[in-house]
Amino acid sequence: MAEATVHAEASKPAGAPVPTDTQHHPVKLYLAVWGWLFVLSTCSYLVDYVGLHGWLRWTLIVLFMLLKAGLIVAIFMHMAWERLTLIYAILLPPLLVLVFVGIMATEANYTLLTRMLYYGGGN
Amino acid sequence: MTDHPAHLAPVTAPRDRAAGAGWRRFLADWASDRNAFKGVSWGKAMMWVFLLSDTFIFGCFLVAYMTVRMSTTVPWPNTSEAFALSIGGTEVPLILIAIMTFVLISSSGTMALAVHYGYLRDRRKAGTLMLVTALFGACFVGMQAFEWTKLIREGVRPWGNPWGAPQFGSTFFMITGFHGTHVTIGVIFLIILARKVLRGDFDSGRRGFFTSRKGRYETIEIMGLYWHFVDLVWVFIFAFFYLW
Repeated sequence: MAEATVHAEASKPAGAPVPTDTQHHPVKLYLAVWGWLFVLSTCSYLVDYVGLHGWLRWTLIVLFMLLKAGLIVAIFMHMAWERLTLIYAILLPPLLVLVFVGIMATEANYTLLTRMLYYGGGN
Repeated sequence: MTDHPAHLAPVTAPRDRAAGAGWRRFLADWASDRNAFKGVSWGKAMMWVFLLSDTFIFGCFLVAYMTVRMSTTVPWPNTSEAFALSIGGTEVPLILIAIMTFVLISSSGTMALAVHYGYLRDRRKAGTLMLVTALFGACFVGMQAFEWTKLIREGVRPWGNPWGAPQFGSTFFMITGFHGTHVTIGVIFLIILARKVLRGDFDSGRRGFFTSRKGRYETIEIMGLYWHFVDLVWVFIFAFFYLW
């Protein structure tokens, strides 16, 4: 079969229709995640529709956002089945952005303060 | 599952999960010669590295947005009202953005199924699902074009808008524009790849027109990584820009 030759070329064991190390999971799992993403998106939309404010609003927005992001990365992007080496190489560096967020939040507060003090509240 | 032959049992409990074994392998992988990402093809590892760099780009955009929003003394426009649509005479807040979110999530769902059927060597289903994904993506870009048109007509510019802080326009066009560009590029690549899949290039060993190399069904998964990333970025934009 042509398929087997393609595999031999790609240095995969010939004869096996699908290499055992490929990311292959039941359809049911994908459909469940798809459903949950719909539910979580509806929830985050409802946060705005109902008109929640303050800390409750921000907490819920971040909670639904992180749950959705987790589902997409873990299941749709197959990260849950990768080796720790790849998981940490990809998922740890973005956490450094949080340091940047902290630095810029401090900077933004300082900018706001100087604007209030020296420009009479102008923009 | 009928479409799930026994020899394709899902990898539900990889050896990695045994306590301690994963870490020993982690150290062994990084200490080994030539290749740290064992069992991950070159193409997939490079796509992940690209996505990591793209994460930093979008991260910088969102941090910039946070900085200007925190430091302005002028009230930020109410996004709930700015992105409302009147349907049957009543103003529904943020409805277009909600629909765009559902469209993009659906495209991610069809993409995940396309990867699944690609590995089953069902090229008709895989190719069709990729075209459906591309259609959802095009739909999303179309709605974004509509949204931009609406806001520009209402007087939103990168340097000002009728509702409040002028930084609203610049961050809006920058962030959604960059994301929309990513979706557009994804749609183009999906169509190119779907054509290859449907034609059976990965079975016949036909060489690519640009690389002159033979493709593999894993290419669909790599394409999927990019597409899910675009959806992932939208999750963050939806939360921080539209809902916050």
